[in-house]
Amino acid sequence: KGVIVPTDVKIELINRLSKTGLPAIEVTSFVSSKWVPQMADHKEVMRGIERHPGVQYPVLTPNLQGFHAAVSIAAGATEVSVFGAASETFSKMNINCSIEESIEKFEDVAKSARNMNIPVRGYVSCALGCPYEGNIIPAKVAEVSKRLYSMGCYEISLGDTIGVGTPGSMKRMLEAVMKEIPVRALAVHCHDTYGQALANILTAIQMGVAVVDSSVAGLGGCPYAKGATGNIATEDVIYMLNGLGVNTGVNLYTVMEAGNFICTALNKKTNSKVAQASFSTGAVN
Amino acid sequence: MPQCDTGSLARDGRRGSVSAAAASGALPKRVKVVEVGPRDGLQNEKSVVPTPVKISLINMLAETGLQVIEATSFVSPKWVPQMADHTQVMQGITQLPGVSYPVLTPNLKGFQAAVAAGAKEVSIFGAASELFTKKNINCSIDESLERFSEVMAAARAADVPVRGYVSCVLGCPYEGKISAAKVAEVSKKMYSMGCYEISLGDTIGIGTPGSMKEMLTAVMKEVPVGALAVHCHDTYGQALANILVALQMGVSVVDASVAGLGGCPYAQGASGNVATEDLVYMLHGLGIHTGVDLQKLMDAGTFICNALNRRTNSKVSQASCRL
Repeated sequence: KGVIVPTDVKIELINRLSKTGLPAIEVTSFVSSKWVPQMADHKEVMRGIERHPGVQYPVLTPNLQGFHAAVSIAAGATEVSVFGAASETFSKMNINCSIEESIEKFEDVAKSARNMNIPVRGYVSCALGCPYEGNIIPAKVAEVSKRLYSMGCYEISLGDTIGVGTPGSMKRMLEAVMKEIPVRALAVHCHDTYGQALANILTAIQMGVAVVDSSVAGLGGCPYAKGATGNIATEDVIYMLNGLGVNTGVNLYTVMEAGNFICTALNKKTNSKVAQASFSTGAVN
Repeated sequence: MPQCDTGSLARDGRRGSVSAAAASGALPKRVKVVEVGPRDGLQNEKSVVPTPVKISLINMLAETGLQVIEATSFVSPKWVPQMADHTQVMQGITQLPGVSYPVLTPNLKGFQAAVAAGAKEVSIFGAASELFTKKNINCSIDESLERFSEVMAAARAADVPVRGYVSCVLGCPYEGKISAAKVAEVSKKMYSMGCYEISLGDTIGIGTPGSMKEMLTAVMKEVPVGALAVHCHDTYGQALANILVALQMGVSVVDASVAGLGGCPYAQGASGNVATEDLVYMLHGLGIHTGVDLQKLMDAGTFICNALNRRTNSKVSQASCRL
C-alpha cells in the first residue's frame, strides 16, 4: 500500500518465514498488475523463493487465466486460493461481478485444479460485516462458504475484512457456518481494525477452529478506514496460542526477527505489540 | 491435500486451557467499567496536563455513562508529580449522582487529605510479588498491608468504601512468573481487611487467556467472583482476549483507560492500559450492558489526546476517524 516492495526483499521475507515453522505462507497473487501493481512480480517471486519441505506456498488466483499462469512451469505454484465474499456489493465493487458470477469463475479454477491435483483454498470476505452493506447475516456467510466447499475447496478462510466483528458476531457466524461445513475445514482471518482480532480468534478456537490466518508484524492496513490497522500480527497470535498451551510448531522469536527485517526494509513501525514490547529497552520476557 | 497443521486441537488432543464449554459459558448481562484514565492513565503519560484539563476530562467522562472514574491519587507529589494537584482536582470536578470518583490513598495522611477534599471512595495497592513491592515501596507485601490497616480502620469509621488493587497478578517485571496461589493469598488478605472489591492487575500485560484462567481459578476459591475486577494491560496485545476469558468465568467489573492512556514504565515505547473504547466496543458486541455512550467516550478520548498532543491508543477511535 503506497510503497512497492522490491522483489528481492519479498523473497528474503518469505525465505525467513519458511524457517520459523509456519506451515503455510501465502506468497503472492496472480491478479492482473493493472489492479494490484504491488503483486506484479508474482512470477519472479515464485521462481526466487526457497521451497521448504512441509511448508505450503499458496497463491491467489482470481480466474482461470491467473490459475494457468500460477501453475505454469515458469511459476510452479502447488496450491492456489480463490476469494469469494458474503456481500453482493463488496463483490461488485471489488471484482466487478456478483457473488454468483464469481463462484462460476472459481468453479473453472477448481475444476482445472482438481485435474492437476492442486489444492484450492477458499476465502469468504466480509464474514462479519461489509464496508458498503454494513451488517452481514450469518446465513449468507454459510451459503457462500458451502458453495466454495462443495466445489472442492479443502479449507474455507472466513475473513472479517474490516475488523468490525466481536466475539458475539464471530460466535453467531461460526454457528451458522458450522452447520454446513465441518469445523476442521474452517479457518478465521481476522483484521484488528477495531482491536478485536485476538478476542475473536480466541472465540473461534474455543469453538473448535484450528486454523488461523495472520500477517507478520501486522502488515497491511485497512483500505476502508484510513490510518487504521488491518491484519492481526502473527507474533501476537502465537504469543496467545503459546500462553494457551496450544501447539503451533512456530518459533515466535524467529517470526519476530522476520518482522523486524521487513519493517526495517519498509521503514515502518511494526504493528505487533509483542514485537514492540520485546524490542524495547528494559523489556522483560 | 496439505496437512496444514497449526497444532490442531482436534489432532493432538491437547486443548491446553481452551474448551468448547468456555465459548458457551454464560457471560454477565451487565459489566461495570471502571475508568482509570485520569489517574492510572495520566500518571503514566510523559506530558503533564494542567488541572483544568484534568477536571474537564473527568467531567466529560462522567457524561458518558461511566459509573466509576478514578479521579486522582493522594500520593506525595515527590513520588508522583503528575498527581500533585489532587486536592484541586477533587474540589474542581462536578460529582454527578450515581457516579463514584475513587482516589488512591497510600497511607492515613493521604486518606485524610482525600476525604477532606471531598473523596467518597478510596483505593489501596497491594502486589503479588515481593520483589515488586520492595522496589516500589521499599517493604514486604505483609508490611505494605500492615500500613494499609490504618487506612482501613479510618475508612470503616468514616463509612468510605475501599477498593483493593493487586499488581503483577500474571507476571512481574522482576520476579517473572507469579504463582496463582500467591495472588489468591494476597487477594484474600485484602478482601478480609475490608476491601469491597479486588482489582487484579496484569501490570506488565504479559498474561494470556491461559494464565488469566489459571489465576482466576485460584483467586475465586478465596474471593467471591462478584467482588473481583480485572485490570489488564495491553502491552502484548492480549488484553481483550484476557478480559473475555475473565468475563466467561463470571467477572463483571473491568478496568480500562480512555484512549488507552498510560504507557508501560517497564518496557519503553510499549503500550499500557487497554483502551476503554475498545473494551466497550467488545462488550456491546457481546450484548453486554455497560450504560456507556461509545461516541461520547471517543469524544473524551479525542479531547485528552489533543491536550497531550498524542495519538490515541484506541483502535476503535483510529478506525472511526475517517480522514
